[in-house]
Amino acid sequence: MRRKLPWVLLTVFLGIMVAGLLFGEYKTVLEKAVTVCLDCIGIG
Amino acid sequence: MGAKDKAVRKPREKRAWYQAAFALGINAWLPSWFKGEIFQGGVKGVCVPVLNCYSCPSAMGACPIGAMQTAFSGLRFNLSIAEKKFGLYVAGFLGAVGSIVGRMPCGWVCPFGFIQELLHKIPTPKVRMPRFMSYFRYVVLATMVVALPLLIVDEFGYGQTWFCKWICPAGTIEAGIPLILLRVDLRPLIGFMYYWKIGLLVLFIGWFILSRRPFCRAVCPLGAIFGLFNKSSLFRLAVDVEKCTLCDKCYEDCPVEIKIYESPNSPDCVRCLKCVSSCKFGAISYEFLGKREVARDLRVKSPASS
Repeated sequence: MRRKLPWVLLTVFLGIMVAGLLFGEYKTVLEKAVTVCLDCIGIG
Repeated sequence: MGAKDKAVRKPREKRAWYQAAFALGINAWLPSWFKGEIFQGGVKGVCVPVLNCYSCPSAMGACPIGAMQTAFSGLRFNLSIAEKKFGLYVAGFLGAVGSIVGRMPCGWVCPFGFIQELLHKIPTPKVRMPRFMSYFRYVVLATMVVALPLLIVDEFGYGQTWFCKWICPAGTIEAGIPLILLRVDLRPLIGFMYYWKIGLLVLFIGWFILSRRPFCRAVCPLGAIFGLFNKSSLFRLAVDVEKCTLCDKCYEDCPVEIKIYESPNSPDCVRCLKCVSSCKFGAISYEFLGKREVARDLRVKSPASS
């Protein structure tokens, strides 16, 4: 079981990641990443 | 030694080069520095497995902690308009990386970990960080990254990125200072928050010089997430208790001051593998995808050298 756990976790999280991509979350992350984050700079 | 076992041959002494190369690789869009803009290419939606501010002018990837806070801060608004955006992409990415290597990105490729290691080389009296402080990073993760962005929202349902705004010194170094230097139009916006972050950065730098990677151990929410996977990742460390003499050489060399023989897959371990090469008894090994690498027992002379 201990040897299988990492593979189970990897499969589950890859599935979660793919689900997020299918919901269009890549675009959401991209939109945030390409604008200057004023919070990060300390003037937000 | 089994058929799959091999003597350690990776050049761990070159770890600093890997750290420098990755830092430059994910911040490679240098033209932005001359224009005073940030890189806006389509690849920037790809998360990097390290703390690297996406407002750094040359950053080519997305900081997963920034992206995660954005997801939580917009969750209530998205739910109110039935928008299916739950932060699954970032959560899945972090879980997948953690399931494969655990906290290894912290030790080998994180630019902010690299900065801390460089500053710690400044010759001053050093201070060991109390062990209980390592639990504080879970508090930071639970409050600044998850709870506050989710719970404290404006009239539209939007929260804030609390960790970026109030704490993250990586953002100050990589984005705050450079952008204020490059962009004249941003300078009138400087106020209390900016001075708070600069003051905090100065305190952190002092701490980096005195203690070994204190931010990674006591504050970093990304390290907190990856650390949760150390005990269940594909990459694992092991200690041969029959070979271990408890000499504490690994403890002395460890950049996060853990006794690897007590807990080989401790959530605090950044998996730099310094302990593997510092153990002259060959007691520490690591395993990945069924292959086990063992440290050479330096007490045993090879036939060639005898």
